[in-house]
Amino acid sequence: MKITKAAQAGASESSDILIMVMPNEEGGIKLELDSKGVILKQFGKQIEKVIREKIEEMGVQDIVVKAKDKGALDYTIRARVQAAIERAI
Amino acid sequence: MKQYRKSILFVSGNNPKMLQDAPIFGSDGVVFDLEQAVAVEEKDSARLLVKEALRFLDYSGVDVIIRINALDSGYGEQDIELIARERPFAVMIPKASPEQITKIESKLAKIELEEGFPAESIKLIPVIETAYALQYVHKIITSSPRITGVFFNAEGLTADFGMQRTKKGEEIIYARSRIVVACRAEKLNAIDTPFLDSNDYEGLEKDCYRARNMGFTGKAAIDGRQIKIIHDIFD
Amino acid sequence: MKNALGREIPEYIEGYGVVRPFMGAFANYGMRERASVRLRSVKPGEQKLLATIDEALDKVGIKDGMTVSFHHHLRNGDYVLNLVMAAIAKRGIKDIHVAATGIFPIHEPLVEYIKQGIVTGISVNYISPGPVAKAITKGLLKNPAVMMSHGGRPRAIESGDLHIDVAFIASPEADAYGNINGVGGKAACGTLSYIIADSIYADKVVAVTDSLAPYPACPIDITQDFVDYVVVVDSIGDPGGIVSGTTKVTSDPVGLRIAKTAAQVIDATGYIKNELSFQTGAGGTSLAVAAEVRKIMKAKGVVGSFGAGGVTGYIVDMLNDGLFRNIFDVQCFDLKAVASYRDNPRHQAMSGSLYGNPHDKGAIVNNLDVMILGATEIDLDFNVNVVTGSDGTIMGASGGHNDTAAGAKLAMVVTNLTKGRLPVVKDKVTTVTTPGETIDVLVTERGIAVNPRRQDLLEKLKETDLPVKSIEELKEISEKMTGKPEPIEFTEKIVAVVEYRDGTVIDVVRQPK
Repeated sequence: MKITKAAQAGASESSDILIMVMPNEEGGIKLELDSKGVILKQFGKQIEKVIREKIEEMGVQDIVVKAKDKGALDYTIRARVQAAIERAI
Repeated sequence: MKQYRKSILFVSGNNPKMLQDAPIFGSDGVVFDLEQAVAVEEKDSARLLVKEALRFLDYSGVDVIIRINALDSGYGEQDIELIARERPFAVMIPKASPEQITKIESKLAKIELEEGFPAESIKLIPVIETAYALQYVHKIITSSPRITGVFFNAEGLTADFGMQRTKKGEEIIYARSRIVVACRAEKLNAIDTPFLDSNDYEGLEKDCYRARNMGFTGKAAIDGRQIKIIHDIFD
Repeated sequence: MKNALGREIPEYIEGYGVVRPFMGAFANYGMRERASVRLRSVKPGEQKLLATIDEALDKVGIKDGMTVSFHHHLRNGDYVLNLVMAAIAKRGIKDIHVAATGIFPIHEPLVEYIKQGIVTGISVNYISPGPVAKAITKGLLKNPAVMMSHGGRPRAIESGDLHIDVAFIASPEADAYGNINGVGGKAACGTLSYIIADSIYADKVVAVTDSLAPYPACPIDITQDFVDYVVVVDSIGDPGGIVSGTTKVTSDPVGLRIAKTAAQVIDATGYIKNELSFQTGAGGTSLAVAAEVRKIMKAKGVVGSFGAGGVTGYIVDMLNDGLFRNIFDVQCFDLKAVASYRDNPRHQAMSGSLYGNPHDKGAIVNNLDVMILGATEIDLDFNVNVVTGSDGTIMGASGGHNDTAAGAKLAMVVTNLTKGRLPVVKDKVTTVTTPGETIDVLVTERGIAVNPRRQDLLEKLKETDLPVKSIEELKEISEKMTGKPEPIEFTEKIVAVVEYRDGTVIDVVRQPK
């Protein structure tokens, strides 16, 4: 699946995550994750993993993802990534 | 199974925090709302969020009910397609009509077959919120064996009538009575409209007594804080 | 070496000294001695009133290496610590040990003094998240900070473990001969409990006031026989800053749910009866527990003996409603509490020592039936952390946590099981503040866990339909939602030493990587 435009899903609210996606001209998956230090230190890798798995599951190869996390659980991250990608194709 | 007899708690299907907290208040059922609580531009996102929540979170102690969008809104079909496969306890149908229920039934039957769920395992809860539904309430509730009860949405009904809603609710006495009689006759759950001022516990208490004394089996809640009072009164 | 909780602690810590390891909550009682006090007696006719803080610094002979102390009853509205420290800094004095009962964001200037080596040590029993806490976490302070409890600090002062050279007492109202009260003046803050030990044991005591009263400044909280000098300044603080943090019952449905369950546990275990003594913190959920307990007390017609603690208007209402006969007040959290302390003789102050000192002849915590506590983390042994976040950042200090837990018959932790994505129940807490042997019950929105040491409570709760689970089960429920956190890495550098109330070291805080 090809990302054709910028789109976003989710919200910058407690327990949610704001996912912004856009095409990646340079190719590949580029991921920027922003959250509180206390979350990044303990769950940063896990959050990145969930985002990447969802991207791969949807068959997207080239994408820029910016994620602003506010303590979202894995299921929310999955849903928001999928919604953002579906809106961007 | 008619375990949501006393209370159902409405939460927005697009709010992760509320989805996570929904099962802790001890309500019989939780309603994840994809309709009223979700803006048009978030319908897709909310639907995905509810789907993922059903897979991820533990709702084993509570009946999960999904309020889908009406079929004629253009969102309802996708709601069913995505959510029914997660096997919720029931689907709540806005602006209920026998025609809509028939269509939804056949979709559910197909999904149940494809997913290997027992036939008719996903229940239906029509919402009575239009003059039409009120007039044909008996026809609606007998239109499918999946129907286990109804939810009376007074806000919707009074808007349909152009009436003013009050805390006392004299304007809905007839609607309440009509719905209760129909449900009691069919031995179905009758869930009364929620009390919208979640900080007014006294008002909630009075409204619960009114509904209980008219014959409702339970009441909807829009805030976890309302559950205890509802359960105390609809015992 | 490892202390009784298995925490790895050096035998000697540079800048702190020889470590007395924690041996157990009740391992350290018996014969005690109080330190003797050196003082300069005051001859009739001598004056105590000074014009400036500078003059006071001259009179007390401020010099490198001294320990100066402050209280935090004005909380985030306190100006006195900053005024005094600015005057000390201007003199080029180095190596000051600040023994403040509490540090707030308003005390940010300390960070610069820490960097310059003007301040090299900090002892504190309460700290709120902010610039100073951050600086300590980063290891900027030369010596490790010492975290004490509200009862542990006066214990340390009375025993001589903590010697105060000069106590600067923010005094809402004082007269020229050194009588101080907390209820008059422009910045009335109520009781002055935390600084009482300092006023008795410090070499020099300076009252800093912005409201000079005609003699005598009744009703007196600290009397003239303990005070060397009185300095008048423009303002000692902003009384609006007293109300920092939550002092209202939460409206969050989850917090209320926890509170309701907590009250049901207190009731089911038989504690809601006549003569009940009760304390709760000022957090929104803790206050909600008080609100629920109040309902049950009313319904049962129960009259409690006393409510204690940091006091909010809510506890004052319970007093005025006749639900408690008395209040023991160590700190007023809002202006309603200040007014009640001023006007109602049944609302009585207690010094920090009377409140929680384990080595006096019996602190008031020993008379507590029920204590409601918060937690940043709690582990499978029921050890509680309120000092550091799960990433090792200093977020708070013990306050009265481990004092009240040790004393109360029912010490109950109320908390959300998950905070955002962060699980609260851990295999091991990041830092131990309060030992698990003194915690009886954990109440969360997804279940209750009883410390296995309290089989009696467990038996009673099993007869109810309350959701009793093991703490392991609660951990599993929360980790199903949040996932398993990755361990935080720390350097070897110790940035803070956490003392248990008896002065033994219960844990250390290492600098996070």
